[in-house]
Amino acid sequence: MTPVLTLHPTELAAVTIRVRGLVQGVGFRPAVWRLAQEHRLRGHVLNDGQGVRIYAIGAPEQLQRFLTGLQEHPPTLARIVEVVSEPASLQDIPPGFTIIESGAGEVTTGVVPDAATCHECLREVLDPFARRYRYPFTNCTHCGPRLTIQEKIPYDRSGTTMSGFPMCPLCEAEYHDPSDRRFHAQPIACHACGPRVWLERADGKPIALDALTMLDAVDAACTLLQKGRVVAIKGLGGVQLACDATQEEAVSRLRRLKAREGKPFALMARDLQIIRHYCEVSEQEVALLRSPAAPIVILKTRAEVSLAPSVAPGIRTLGFMLPNTPLHHLMLRRMDRPIVLTSGNRSDEPQWIDNEQAKVHLGEMAEYFLLHDRGIAQRVDDSVAKVMGGTARMFRRSRGYAPAPVVLPPGFDEAPRVLAMGGELKNTFCLIRDGHAVLSHHIGDLEDALTQADYRRALGHYRELFAHVPQMLAIDRHPDYLSSKIGREMAADQDLPLCEVQHHHAHIAACLAENGIPIDHPPVLGMALDGLGYGDDGTLWGGEFLLADYRTCTRVGTFKPVPMLGGEQAVKEPWRNTYAHLMAEMGWARFVMNYGDLDLYHYLAHKPRVSLDQMIARGINSPSASSCGRLFDAVAAAMGICRDRVSYEGQAAVELEQVVDQSALEQEDVALAYPFTIPYLKGTKLPYIEPLAMWQALLGDLILKTPLPVMAARFHKGLAKALCAMVDQVTRLEDGGRTVREVALSGGVFQNQVLFEFVKGRLEGMGFRVLSHAQVPTNDGGLALGQAVIAAAKASSHKK
Amino acid sequence: MAHGSGGKAMRELIERLFVEAFDNPLLAAMEDQAVVPLEGLRQQGTKLAFTTDSYVVNPLFFPGGSIGELAVHGTINDLAVSGATPLFLSCGMILEEGLSIDTLGQVVSRMREAAALAGVSIVTGDTKVVERGAADKLFVNTAGIGIIQRDVAISARRACPGDVVITNGNIGDHGVAILLARNELALESTVESDTQPLHDLVRLMLEVCPDIHCLRDATRGGVATVLNEFAAASQVAIHLVEAAIPVRESVRGACEILGLDPLYLANEGKLVAIVPREQADSIVDAMRTHPAGRDSAIIGEVKETPNGAVLMATAFGGLRVVDTLVGDQLPRIC
Ligand SMILES: [Fe+3]
Ligand SMILES: [Mg+2]
Ligand SMILES: [Zn+2]
Ligand SMILES: [Zn+2]
Repeated sequence: MTPVLTLHPTELAAVTIRVRGLVQGVGFRPAVWRLAQEHRLRGHVLNDGQGVRIYAIGAPEQLQRFLTGLQEHPPTLARIVEVVSEPASLQDIPPGFTIIESGAGEVTTGVVPDAATCHECLREVLDPFARRYRYPFTNCTHCGPRLTIQEKIPYDRSGTTMSGFPMCPLCEAEYHDPSDRRFHAQPIACHACGPRVWLERADGKPIALDALTMLDAVDAACTLLQKGRVVAIKGLGGVQLACDATQEEAVSRLRRLKAREGKPFALMARDLQIIRHYCEVSEQEVALLRSPAAPIVILKTRAEVSLAPSVAPGIRTLGFMLPNTPLHHLMLRRMDRPIVLTSGNRSDEPQWIDNEQAKVHLGEMAEYFLLHDRGIAQRVDDSVAKVMGGTARMFRRSRGYAPAPVVLPPGFDEAPRVLAMGGELKNTFCLIRDGHAVLSHHIGDLEDALTQADYRRALGHYRELFAHVPQMLAIDRHPDYLSSKIGREMAADQDLPLCEVQHHHAHIAACLAENGIPIDHPPVLGMALDGLGYGDDGTLWGGEFLLADYRTCTRVGTFKPVPMLGGEQAVKEPWRNTYAHLMAEMGWARFVMNYGDLDLYHYLAHKPRVSLDQMIARGINSPSASSCGRLFDAVAAAMGICRDRVSYEGQAAVELEQVVDQSALEQEDVALAYPFTIPYLKGTKLPYIEPLAMWQALLGDLILKTPLPVMAARFHKGLAKALCAMVDQVTRLEDGGRTVREVALSGGVFQNQVLFEFVKGRLEGMGFRVLSHAQVPTNDGGLALGQAVIAAAKASSHKK
Repeated sequence: MAHGSGGKAMRELIERLFVEAFDNPLLAAMEDQAVVPLEGLRQQGTKLAFTTDSYVVNPLFFPGGSIGELAVHGTINDLAVSGATPLFLSCGMILEEGLSIDTLGQVVSRMREAAALAGVSIVTGDTKVVERGAADKLFVNTAGIGIIQRDVAISARRACPGDVVITNGNIGDHGVAILLARNELALESTVESDTQPLHDLVRLMLEVCPDIHCLRDATRGGVATVLNEFAAASQVAIHLVEAAIPVRESVRGACEILGLDPLYLANEGKLVAIVPREQADSIVDAMRTHPAGRDSAIIGEVKETPNGAVLMATAFGGLRVVDTLVGDQLPRIC
């Protein structure tokens, strides 16, 4: 919306314009300056604690056009939250329009995410006559490193890892020229003055570059990749490992050395054409791949072509990204095949960012190192996104997105400064400040010691970058989450109030917040489906229907509680869930009588059943969990998918979704979908999703040797129907009306596209408004946002 | 055994049982207290160590021991890890109405044997019978007195970067033995409780290295909990090596099925020591000559960072945080 100007009766008018949002360090002032030149305005522009302030004098219609232009064509990386313009008095009219330099010690309004190389920079890098031809660190105010190089505030070169590279006169001239794309581009650099890149052998022996290339080290790396070598590459947010994705020997070797068993590898390709050769890419996916964030986009593979089998075993999707730095662009110039580009670490550890450490720890995995001397201030992983239901959705929100603020809904403007500690796996943390939430980049699994150390470091770094002194802390209620323990310690040390948030309430609140639901909005029905979270009653939850707003949460429906045989062991070994489910539903004798011919029977009969039965009967390390994720595990394992064990979290569910037969899903009679019922739990009287009938149908299909893809489709469809039936049941009023009209979907299970699209479509068909995640992950990567808004809402009083 | 049933006959029966079993001059005196002359004690050392603990276990008898051995060894070990030579124990028992005198007799004789083997005397005692349901069969409390011979400075606060972490053998035996005894898990397993006195082993360790920094028996909460206490109290990091931690194959197998982590399982005859690096090898060599230390091993080292944490290099090459658990090994994976 364009604010309307109040005109002065004179020919010239003056206005003060305040722009809030991510408007510093993104070339905003030069953009304003150029626009002011264009409209022949006078005045000035400056950065202050709230963003950008403009004082402009000119003809009223010019001012109006100026304002429109500002909002319609802001600089690429800017994110405008608000533009407010007010008439100002006409003082001594300055001769022109000037940019007022920032003073030292000035407060900045935010830290900008890193951005992939822009078109102009790329053109320069590829132009043999340009000054920056083949310069791997070329950037401008529209692109380049930000969070990954920023060590402190304010954001200027001396506060970044570029501080050790004094500008050459040519760069300096560009830096000071408001008409230049590089005006105040802090990481500005060129061959003469900037960081350098070099190639090393892991064994320390010298390299004869000219045996590999006629150009430079970056091009030599390309030759090595083509030859099937594994090369460690220092990218934007960390050291990555790369190899040719079409050479099975290289890929499987990398897998082995990284100790990464089954989890798919991410890929990078020089251009869209190469990606299109392997995957179907929609217009929306093209836009996502080419966006400044340049995330890994999960794409559907084409059946007829394939990469090395070890790239993504058991999976019919591939995660592709386009080059995000000039270094990647240059390295892939001659590479017409995709490369694997994965984080430089052992599985589950944070990737290395320091040259020496990378050489020590990755020396076994990589044969060559393409390193450079620009430091990495903050380790940041590649982001992962997928287009689902017509919307780009974040699975891992990291490079290119973090730490851009999530604008909080109405009512949160006065929110206290909350620090939310996040979950345990896929951890992110969240700061609330000035009505927006800063959700950190992806940290990872906190049980890994290096990741936990990185978590503590990142907490300190963000606190510094955002000048954030928390007034309260928010944690998950799980007694043993390491993030919760660290939060409790911090609260005790700093004498801060602590808000303990139930896991699934946090999931739903995160969904409400990113959908702009106001603070005092009445409750919605939240459907939180995931693996596990600590429930209000001290048991494990993971398939919950909650009547929730930001402050309150009532459990109105659930999944059947089934013991997890051996606790976490049940997460690692899906068959344990199958066994627990079958025992809970029919018991061994009935199972044997009816399904004794199945290979599933023989498989389970060989397990230590007496022990397992005792574990169930006596409750030995077999906590009961109402988990949707475990149901997926149980069903997948029954069908023979990942029966023994999974090598990464959620693998069984992912592979079960992968096998779904689309035509069975879309065309088969809905009556064949596996049936569930919704009875009531004894005691609590909660309605729950009872899978007995589903198991009977599924086991029957196994006897009939129904193809797995058809069975997978029937399961997904049946479960989606049951979920919607539950929603119908718990929201229906006697007169046929509804208690709520909005359903919020959250939890890791909703990364399942088949289930998500089915549930969303059906609920919309029933007349519900469906809220779901897009900018924030639906998995535990979004948890911290939910914790933060719940703590903030509880701290602020209701508006009457 | 009947609660309140006339008292006299019953009391006499029990008293006889105890006096005969724990036969020693101090107890035989049958006074309300054991009176210990200071003379002999003064020659043995400079400081007195005094501790008490109560023992509750189900079942009362299990492979490798019973509540009786636990009550004797547990208190001896609490004294031993201060460097003390245990001398005298007290024994208080709460008996549930209906407990058979046979069972009591067996427990008492197990205690006698354990005390005799350990060279300590049970010098005073008491029994109470309570109504059915007010106790579970039999509870035992023992207190113990020991003398610290030489000037040791063992403390949870003394772990220093560079020190080495030692344990005296396979961990988790007791925890698994009890689990198996309590439930018909049908695991083919011969796991026995490791209940044993550790004072003689500690004496040997102190002979080799009088300057042991930290020492504790790893009972409830297991090795993980003790090490976390050391790390927190000393403000250091303890880095374990999973492959170096001795765990019996049968225990490992049971843990695999049950989904338990041996690091958190209870032991009744295992200690964890933190010692200066230079003496670590000679201590372990000496420990291995002792029956209670045959499987002794160096399992990790002390480092500066991350302050207060226990980490473990896993068999898969990762580095895992080994935290104290509030919940009961409750899954954290979402
Ligand atoms: Fe979750
Ligand atoms: Mg004790
Ligand atoms: Zn650029
Ligand atoms: Zn330059």
